[in-house]
Amino acid sequence: MAAPARVGLRRWLSSRAPAPRICVVGSGPAGFYTAQHILKHHDLAQVDIYEKLPVPFGLVRFGVAPDHPEVKNVINTFTHTARSDRCAYYGNVTVGRDVTVGELQQAYHAVVLSYGAEDNRVLGIPGENLSGVYSARAFVGWYNGLPENRDLKPDLSCETALILGHGNVALDIARILLSPLDFLRKTDITDCSLAALACSKVKRVWLAGRRGPLQVAFTIKELREMINLPGTQPVLNPADFTGLENAVKDAPRPRKRLTELMIKTALEKHREKAVMAQAAVPRQWGLKFQRSPQEVLPTADGMRVRGVRMALTRLEGSGDSAKAVPTGDMEELECGLVLSSIGYRSLPLDPAVPFDTQHSIIPNNLGRVMGVPGLYCSGWVKRGPVGVIITTMNDSFDTAQSVLEDLQEGVLDVSVSKEGFGAVGSILRSRGIRPVSFSEWEKIDAAEVARGKAAGKPREKIVDPQEMLQLIGH
Amino acid sequence: MAAPTGALWRRLLRSAAVRRLCGTAAAEEPERAVVNVVFVDSAGRRVEARGRVGDNVLQLARECGVPIEGACEASLACSTCHVYVSAPHLEHLPPPCEREEDLLDTAPQLRVESRLCCQLTLLPPLEGAVFTLPRVTRNFYVDGHVPKGH
Repeated sequence: MAAPARVGLRRWLSSRAPAPRICVVGSGPAGFYTAQHILKHHDLAQVDIYEKLPVPFGLVRFGVAPDHPEVKNVINTFTHTARSDRCAYYGNVTVGRDVTVGELQQAYHAVVLSYGAEDNRVLGIPGENLSGVYSARAFVGWYNGLPENRDLKPDLSCETALILGHGNVALDIARILLSPLDFLRKTDITDCSLAALACSKVKRVWLAGRRGPLQVAFTIKELREMINLPGTQPVLNPADFTGLENAVKDAPRPRKRLTELMIKTALEKHREKAVMAQAAVPRQWGLKFQRSPQEVLPTADGMRVRGVRMALTRLEGSGDSAKAVPTGDMEELECGLVLSSIGYRSLPLDPAVPFDTQHSIIPNNLGRVMGVPGLYCSGWVKRGPVGVIITTMNDSFDTAQSVLEDLQEGVLDVSVSKEGFGAVGSILRSRGIRPVSFSEWEKIDAAEVARGKAAGKPREKIVDPQEMLQLIGH
Repeated sequence: MAAPTGALWRRLLRSAAVRRLCGTAAAEEPERAVVNVVFVDSAGRRVEARGRVGDNVLQLARECGVPIEGACEASLACSTCHVYVSAPHLEHLPPPCEREEDLLDTAPQLRVESRLCCQLTLLPPLEGAVFTLPRVTRNFYVDGHVPKGH
């Protein structure tokens, strides 16, 4: 069939079908990629994206490090989606509080939960709540201008920081703590954090993990960046890598290359150290393996952290499933700043939504929430808080696929028309909630960019939601 | 109620092979030779593209409507434009830089023939090259056909 006739027939057929109304909760990558895929593969579907903050984009705005601006280019893709006719953005709406999931299900044919992981796993050890101990999530939120972390005021007056965890978030924090200030000055890091880092006394950062080099979760690009960070020296103990070259001979390429880079760095830097004076390099960072934190030790006045007592471990098993078992030996590591980077964690949103408290995810099959027809999930709340943009993109397309299939097969009954925002808007009004539209976000965006211009920054983030709302006249 | 129009639509289109010929070689540019390549999307659909020497492969794909994402906009900060290059043509490509190799390590279903196509430029030896998208997500046909049995 010739192309023009096919398009015409398709349009005629489409115009006979009712328009499905889909709701997405969360405006980070998962929410936007799910919306994008539905809009692309369904000519009539209308997608409304709800977000609890006034501003969109989730972790792309609040998680990606300030010195990784290229990763944030994906915002252009999401902006294109938000501006399409059949997509609407409603910021400043907290689902589960301002409107329930049940109310959304009444107003929409399908609801997709893409609200991510706003909490973090806890160490569960004594002293965890001492001053000077922070979750990595809060620290990243602080330097990225996440409103709830704007008053963190981390104390950077000590020389040694200990980051617990061997993932990319741990590396991001180490890099932000040790980067030359000039590197950070022209980024979108908040003014307040930049000022704090300018006064920072931190010159040594340890990243400690319970398991060994073969179990590190960070990726090679980020590790290489840290190794090459000007003004710093990596401290890797060659003894930690004995025999590993052989162990990864036949490993999958990513693990092999990553391990080889650590081995090379450990051997090179060890040789260099023997030759050069250490005084030349003011800042250091290093990896410590097979150390499991047992207690955060307080200063004499009991107020702040002075160190962490670690249990030395040995590994049982190998590869990803290796387990760290205490050997009985202990070690104390002196430090004045502890960052716990052991994983983000999702929280239950609404009693109407089943939640797996063991894994902190919404139980689902291919993105269809178990036992609740018409409810779906995508992103970290579906799979757990791991993965980079491509992982979330593929996952979100997969959930969108389930929605599209259910529309196609009549599992979602679109013969009953739904009001969408028509209904939700009234509910919100009656509760005194005024949503922020995408064009209103663009006003906030323009203001941030203008404020950043004078300082040579891509933007100066507004960290107070009230200020954002005032700016748009709410 | 299942949409009868949907079923009719699927019957009408199932046999139609989608073959699109498009690309950047429409304008007359005699100093830049034409290079014909093929993109195969994750649903198995082939798109024939006529580019010219020097064209960026990701850009050509997107101009031809091939559903490849380029989240970081060709700045070597993601792996969403991951493709497999047909074996005979792979060796004619300049090898990946270290950063591309590092990013490929994060791509699902990595293979020997994997490349990030935002880093690839058309050259004469790429005539007839096939760039295949990895099948990571379940297929969805543009015409609404949904293959069963996933």
